[in-house]
Amino acid sequence: MRGDRAVRALGVAALAGMIATVWLGLFVTPNAVGYADGTVRLLYIHPPLAWVMFIAYGMATLSSLLYLWPRTRHARFDRLAGASAEVGVVFTGLTLVSGSIWGRTTWGVYWAWDPLLTTTALLFVLYLGYLAMRNVPGDPDTVARRSAIAGLVAFLDVPIVFFAVSWWSLHQGPTIDLATRHSYVHGSMAWTLLLGFVSFTLTYVWLMVHRYRLAALRARESDEGLESALADRWAEALQ
Amino acid sequence: MAPAVSLRDAVALAGRFPLLAGVTLDVGEGEIVHLSGPNGAGKSSLLRLCCGLLPLRSGSAVVLGHDLALDRRAVRLFVGYLGHESFLYDELTVEENLRFAMRASGSDAEEAKRRSQVAMARLALSGRLPATPVAKLSAGQRRRAALAVVVGRRPRLWLLDEPHAGLDHDARVVLDEIISEARAGGATVVLSSHELGESDAHPLADRVVHLAGGRVVQAPPATGAVADDAGRPVAAPAARPATAPAPEAANPPRLTPQSEAVHVA
Amino acid sequence: MLRDAALVCGKDLRIELRSKIGLNQVAPFAATVLLLFGLALGPNRQALQPAAAALFWIAVLLSVVLAVQRSFAVESADSARDGLRLSGLDPAGIFLGKGAAIVAQLLALEALLTVGVALLFGAQLSGGLVLLGTCVTASIGLAAVGVVYGVLSSGARVKETLLPLLLLPVAAPVLLGATKAWDEALAGTPGQAGVWLSLLAVFAVAYVAVGSVAFGPLLEGA
Repeated sequence: MRGDRAVRALGVAALAGMIATVWLGLFVTPNAVGYADGTVRLLYIHPPLAWVMFIAYGMATLSSLLYLWPRTRHARFDRLAGASAEVGVVFTGLTLVSGSIWGRTTWGVYWAWDPLLTTTALLFVLYLGYLAMRNVPGDPDTVARRSAIAGLVAFLDVPIVFFAVSWWSLHQGPTIDLATRHSYVHGSMAWTLLLGFVSFTLTYVWLMVHRYRLAALRARESDEGLESALADRWAEALQ
Repeated sequence: MAPAVSLRDAVALAGRFPLLAGVTLDVGEGEIVHLSGPNGAGKSSLLRLCCGLLPLRSGSAVVLGHDLALDRRAVRLFVGYLGHESFLYDELTVEENLRFAMRASGSDAEEAKRRSQVAMARLALSGRLPATPVAKLSAGQRRRAALAVVVGRRPRLWLLDEPHAGLDHDARVVLDEIISEARAGGATVVLSSHELGESDAHPLADRVVHLAGGRVVQAPPATGAVADDAGRPVAAPAARPATAPAPEAANPPRLTPQSEAVHVA
Repeated sequence: MLRDAALVCGKDLRIELRSKIGLNQVAPFAATVLLLFGLALGPNRQALQPAAAALFWIAVLLSVVLAVQRSFAVESADSARDGLRLSGLDPAGIFLGKGAAIVAQLLALEALLTVGVALLFGAQLSGGLVLLGTCVTASIGLAAVGVVYGVLSSGARVKETLLPLLLLPVAAPVLLGATKAWDEALAGTPGQAGVWLSLLAVFAVAYVAVGSVAFGPLLEGA
């Protein structure tokens, strides 16, 4: 297929980027002042993971909107939404794990109910529910429409959850304060961080391409199944 | 005069299974059409399609001037559907159910009360029955109550799925009278049953349409020679399913003399 | 639309009055939840009293799942759901009507549970206006999101497990806001509850609006 070489190049680039990020992060960049030994290295993984999570959910929501809008209604947007939500859930899980590890090294506990991590946890469960709902069997157009609406309804909750949790922990608890962090990020650290963002984003795109293809193949199989089902139904009439 | 129901190669699915595999049918206004066919032929599906409950996958369906590919909801106010289920609320009484249904279809409280009483009287739901919760009714009484809802709504198109099933002899007589009255009032009636053969056709029916395998066939399958509704001899299907989601109607299934389905990329 | 809503609300409430499921099943369920909390955290009131608001709202949240399931179980018996589609009622009206019926049941339940937490957990009831305002806004928001997910899952075969999984995470902000508002009221500082009440109000408005639009397609689709 035409796009295969491009996708393979993309995959290689993503993999190379990630390996480089890990190598740079572990061995080349210096320890930062004010952090426990070595924990700053999670900086190159955790924010990129969270970033991809947001793109993934954003993409899923955008695709849902496009699917519902009559002028752009096409099955490809439904597949994009499903694929993006799946990849998003995976990255959310990873964000939670990396955030939890970071919390352990910084605050001594695996979970300290800070606003960002709590919001992430809620998003995780929210989109797990969305995926569960997509898997409920039914007529493809029906499932697509239902999923698109459910995706938007769920997405509506995201800002509300975020603000609620932020206000909730205003008075207590530690937070991963990104503002002060920036003052430590310079030089090789900044480049490594940027590389981290880029390579994770490439990985997201690569995963999306493959997941989307899988969904498209499934849809095609189902369409072809329909032709043979119509033929069988006909045969019934001729008996 | 435009037909009340006009279907061209209508395909409707349940998941992957084609309930209707390309139905072409015209029903004129004021006609009484008897749908006949074996179990699983698609009679119920056809009725459900016509009242907008079943989505149209491909082909075209125009009912009472409404294009079902564009909007399935608008036609429902003008259609009365009697299905296998009764659509009644168990905890409410017969009268309460009727009044709810009347008010839902647009009548105000006074009108709803009047129509309910007329409908109940017509179907001999009298005495203590109107005040009985539906859960306590027998199957036959429940059927009559469901029929009363249709009668009270006074629809332009009646879609009755095996209406005689579950009714005793007296009730069947009343049902036939109601159907005649409906036609006299200008309504169109499509009713189904699973009796095969011309001799079993409903006496009131203007014509019989036979369904098998989700399509209209002219003679009952047992006779061998098969033709579709337009009289063309039918050999084998080559259907092209819709590749875009509804409501865009895709190309209708094509009939070719080949014996295998044409593979479409 | 409003006329249809009133019709559906009346129908649902009448069915509820006849079947008394709310009285016989949902209320005892909520009371049981409170008792179980008491068993788990008690008998010393020291753990229970500060947690009274949280436990109250968790009990309400769990009861909403039941109430929504019941609201749609009524429609699946004898395919009344198809009947609703055929009836000619405006879907937004059906949404509002079903939602309003659930709000009414929730408010009755919350009144009962308020007595419960006062008795069982020793909650000092103060700031009544805030308590009431929270109950009203939270109930509206919960009912709205409940009806949306209720219709979505009612067509599915796995609906019993799907509904809680879908509903509870989305309802998390309501739990948060309502609990915090009640905490402020019970602690004697009802004035601090303003931000939480506004959160609840935003949630309620957002989901009533979304639900009115989304209910129609969802009713058809599933």
